[in-house]
Amino acid sequence: MSARYDLIVMGTSTGGLHALTRLLSALPANFPLPIAIVQHRSRDSDERLAMLLSGASLIPVMEAEDKEPLRGPGVYLSPPDYHLLIEADWMALSTEEPVGYSRPSIDVLFESAAYSHGSGVIGVLLTGANQDGTRGLQRIKEHGGYVIIQNPDSAESAFMPKHAVKNLHPDRVLNLEQIPNELLARASDARSA
Amino acid sequence: MAESNQSGELDAAVAASVRRFTLATTELERLEMELLLLAIFRHHGFDFRSYAPASLHRRIRRHMESARVPTISRLTELILHDPSALQRLLHDLSVNVTAMFRDPTFFAEFRNSVVPLLRTYPTVRIWHAGCSTGEEVYAMSILLEEEGIYDRCRIYATDMDSTVLDHARQGIFPLSRMKEYTSNYFLGGGKRSLSDYFTAKYDGALFAPRLAKNVLFTQHNLAMDRGFSEFNVIICRNVLIYFDRALKDHTLGLFSDSFATLGVLCLGRKESLRFTAFEHEFSAISARERIYRRNR
Repeated sequence: MSARYDLIVMGTSTGGLHALTRLLSALPANFPLPIAIVQHRSRDSDERLAMLLSGASLIPVMEAEDKEPLRGPGVYLSPPDYHLLIEADWMALSTEEPVGYSRPSIDVLFESAAYSHGSGVIGVLLTGANQDGTRGLQRIKEHGGYVIIQNPDSAESAFMPKHAVKNLHPDRVLNLEQIPNELLARASDARSA
Repeated sequence: MAESNQSGELDAAVAASVRRFTLATTELERLEMELLLLAIFRHHGFDFRSYAPASLHRRIRRHMESARVPTISRLTELILHDPSALQRLLHDLSVNVTAMFRDPTFFAEFRNSVVPLLRTYPTVRIWHAGCSTGEEVYAMSILLEEEGIYDRCRIYATDMDSTVLDHARQGIFPLSRMKEYTSNYFLGGGKRSLSDYFTAKYDGALFAPRLAKNVLFTQHNLAMDRGFSEFNVIICRNVLIYFDRALKDHTLGLFSDSFATLGVLCLGRKESLRFTAFEHEFSAISARERIYRRNR
């Protein structure tokens, strides 16, 4: 039986550290799908974010390297001052212009995943204070992927999830603590014949 | 009556066949990309077929937005019939975002561990591959001058895009970025003041021509052209990230063949020789700063 989904892409901004800590700590060490994350961060931030999340997560958390194979269980964080993109079975970095002042940009991650994995993508948008991510989620939907948005009422910063909910039809709008179970359920979905 | 029935059946058959042959969005987009890249290669000789696909696709979509081209297929038609459309596309496909002393700790490490090696050579040949508009080349010239070895250095600065090389030869960069570059320069171990090296003119900073005196700016395409020979240092930072794994390996092979004995290879902050065929041909001088030395 092969799995319905290939990977999870996740984006967050303001309030992201807290949300990611809670979300990742609720996933088991053998969670099968790779998770690629863009958390907006300043260009000279260091590897502390990866260390903090590593401490909270049973799944190994690392900053993505260019051309690194994308394998689960594993959580890959976009390094500061680079865009993170998903290719067929590896990750690519880019120093192209910031998108809406952000590098890394959530849209860039989501759009690249939609292009290379089509309907095999689960996109998750969490708390944040700008519009990044909406366009990327729209692309994931166009390609037949699955979209989960954090319930804006449960988000530390509601703007980003609210903007997305207003502009597309997500498969699920969930409180933060419901998201891990939803991901576990989707991770065990099988590909239909 | 019978006739209309027949046409109804025909419509249904056509509809079924259309359904059968309608590609999912994903496959359709990939097919269009494949045809575009083939058209560029067959008609113009530029080969983008081994670039990182999702990353390249993004730049093509951005180009389409700014050029107001609705589909990739339309773009294919345009570049086949309009040479100026191809020029504009090529310019947008190469990434020309750069800075002076980006990742200052790399430059500090280069001063500390690479310069002492270079002092032992009577002449030093450096290849700066994918130099774009030249900011990093001028930064390296400044560093080499401050270390007292610039006069023995010969620097080949190459890019596939001839328009950025014209820009690089002029040595004029936006004055608005000098504050950022000055801060980078100090963090990178700069010994003077960055303003000693340029003259402000309108909104531009014109860098001293002597910094380009030992530099040859020349067009070279890593995906298609042969290497050069006998380099002591090859600097290629944040260029291989736009290639797929096979083209990255090919380019590392090109570099490997272009080195003098024990050559030094400098990559970007998040690039490495891991996941490549060359992992064991080099040893790290500084794993953190991505500075490697060939083992032979």
